[in-house]
Amino acid sequence: MHHVVVESWSRRASPLHARDARAKLGALLVFLIAVSTTAPESQTAFALYSALLLMAILFARLPITALLRRALLVLPFSATFGLITWLGGNPMRAVSLGEKSFLSGLAALLLVATTPLAELMRGLESLRVPRSLLLVIEFVYRYLFVISEQAQHMRLAARSRGSSFRASAGALGVLFTRSWERADGIYYAMLARGFNGRFPSFTAGRFVIADAAFLIVASGAAIAVRVVM
Amino acid sequence: MNVVEVRGLRYRYPDGTQAIDGVDFHLEAGECVALFGANGSGKTTFVLHLNGLLTGDGSIEICGVPLKPKTLPQIRTKVGLVFQDSDEQLFMPTVLEDVAFGPMNQGLSSQDALHRAAHALEDVGMAAAIHKAPYHLSSGEKRRAAIAGVLVMQPEILVLDEPTTSLDPPGRRDLIRLLRGLKQAKILVTHDVEFAAALATRAVFFEHGRVAGEGTVGEIARQFNWHSRPEE
Amino acid sequence: MHIPDGFLSTPVWGAFDVLAIPSFGILARRARRDTDDRGIPLMGVMGAFIFAAQMINFPVGPGTSGHLVGGTLLAITLGPAPAAIVMTAILAIQALVFQDGGILALGANVFNMAIVGVLAGYAPYRLLKNSSGIFIGGTVSVLVSGCFAVAELMISGVPMPAKVLWLTLAFFVVNAVVEGAITVGAVRAIGRLNPAWVPSAKPGGRLLAAVASIAIVLAVAGFLIASTHPDGIEILARAQTPKWLHAWFPDYQVHGISSPWLRRSVAGLAGLILIYAVCMAAGRWVRQRSA
Repeated sequence: MHHVVVESWSRRASPLHARDARAKLGALLVFLIAVSTTAPESQTAFALYSALLLMAILFARLPITALLRRALLVLPFSATFGLITWLGGNPMRAVSLGEKSFLSGLAALLLVATTPLAELMRGLESLRVPRSLLLVIEFVYRYLFVISEQAQHMRLAARSRGSSFRASAGALGVLFTRSWERADGIYYAMLARGFNGRFPSFTAGRFVIADAAFLIVASGAAIAVRVVM
Repeated sequence: MNVVEVRGLRYRYPDGTQAIDGVDFHLEAGECVALFGANGSGKTTFVLHLNGLLTGDGSIEICGVPLKPKTLPQIRTKVGLVFQDSDEQLFMPTVLEDVAFGPMNQGLSSQDALHRAAHALEDVGMAAAIHKAPYHLSSGEKRRAAIAGVLVMQPEILVLDEPTTSLDPPGRRDLIRLLRGLKQAKILVTHDVEFAAALATRAVFFEHGRVAGEGTVGEIARQFNWHSRPEE
Repeated sequence: MHIPDGFLSTPVWGAFDVLAIPSFGILARRARRDTDDRGIPLMGVMGAFIFAAQMINFPVGPGTSGHLVGGTLLAITLGPAPAAIVMTAILAIQALVFQDGGILALGANVFNMAIVGVLAGYAPYRLLKNSSGIFIGGTVSVLVSGCFAVAELMISGVPMPAKVLWLTLAFFVVNAVVEGAITVGAVRAIGRLNPAWVPSAKPGGRLLAAVASIAIVLAVAGFLIASTHPDGIEILARAQTPKWLHAWFPDYQVHGISSPWLRRSVAGLAGLILIYAVCMAAGRWVRQRSA
């Protein structure tokens, strides 16, 4: 499954992995805005953005081809509208839609491939994103693969018995019930270890000079490309 | 002194079934007791009362402290419950954060809690898995991480619900070694007679929510035909 | 329906990022009020369940199968506010970890699917309280999310020839009906397994649900009109605005912006925001009255 690869990437070590999540997030946002506001005709800009991302990938010591392949997943959606735009008589715009969505997807992928999710959540918490949302995100992610595996097993079992709408609905019902009961079990486990209604918050790391430097350089590069091209 | 003293425990499920029907139970310091019984006989329901997750009629005393809503936080520090489903027990994003959950609820700073958690994981031989997500651990590793998460709270009593579930033979062996090295009083809810025999000095047999017999593991196994050999 | 980055124009994704924040805040506060300590782990596990459930195939025709989106099912089983939180979490994970949907566009996607989609799915169920309500809820939820997404794209200047537009809407209608059917099937199956299960229904919600339904229909209609006919709002404004308002906004467009697409975006968005603000105010008024 995809997630396993991204997660193992996020736990590697590299100069980029060592940067504070907030610095990487800031750089990502600046990059995304730069790409998003770039005029469709500025093909040189897109080339330069790609170069920036390539440098970041090297900086992160991540496998280039594997990363690019993952980022290509974003294209099916863009391809449909790209095709329409092309047929609508605007080939430049069509190509730029594909380029923009690919570059944006790749940049976002870089963030998660160099930052463990828990670290990203802590960074977001220090940026005042509501705790309840972050906690739910962490729980969803934690049980995402456990329950998906359960669903896989049920699919296999169901397929050997023939599939029907009713059977699938039944499977969904079972999965729902087991999930709800699992939530009860988790709650009991939390109580057993002294849970009193308030989740412990782990403080984010310190924002050091290297983080500030990275943020300034990365954002500056993206802005420079945007403004000059 | 008895670390666990239960007298006349009764508990009824919301749908009306009498799950526990008058149980007396005691546990001495350092003792290891196995609870046997058919599925649904009440053994898991029983242990859920020991830290107040379920509340029934009767009296329960943990280390001399009577179990009451007011004393729950204290009791939950003394009784460490390791659940059957390790996935339900390890709910934090990383193993280290999960083991630190208990100490943080006990009032430690996040730094101290993480420190203690790291030590606890070392003690159970899981130092390498500190920053892993629970999803990536094997059953045996999950079990050990769950135990670490309980041990780190320094309980007097360890309760383990079906701890050998989905463990392979080497995993069981490692678990026996680990538990033998712990000085806490232990209650093992288990179907695994061999496992119980390796650790427990006493066994209690549950039937329909009542204690049907007490003795050594061997005696109880013989008395209730509690084995998996079809020829006998 | 997850819009990637690069498709929405800056005023559109910017406005929705800004709009999504207070909307989410209101729903988060409501969710905290309505759930007890179990809330967070329950929402988390149910979110994971939806992810997994989206993988299950539902045969709907020869060789074709549909999948659950889940907003309505969540709203029925958890309540609309917690459901919105869960859907937001799901969308965030889909955007970050699976690159399904953009990051700048997250506000718009959250607005479409986690806020409007969930509320639109809940309202019919809350009003009718039976299988029809569930079916209509599922259908409307997907339809409304889709319409908003299409409208946002159109406002952003993504070319949408009429044939393509109708094809897209037809596609959404089919998905919407499938969602309705699957949601009904799921709720029935769940009820069979848990006869004592009572889905959450907050008191005083009927009036609110009615207002929400009307508001959403109006908002979608208004939004679509605004995006296809940038002059539409102008005409509407001329016909209805009192003289003094007319004096302030003679062309119902913001002056000082030279680019025509920018003007159109802002006009369409302004209309939407106005309708949305009215809905929120009306909702609050209704809640205060029934409290």
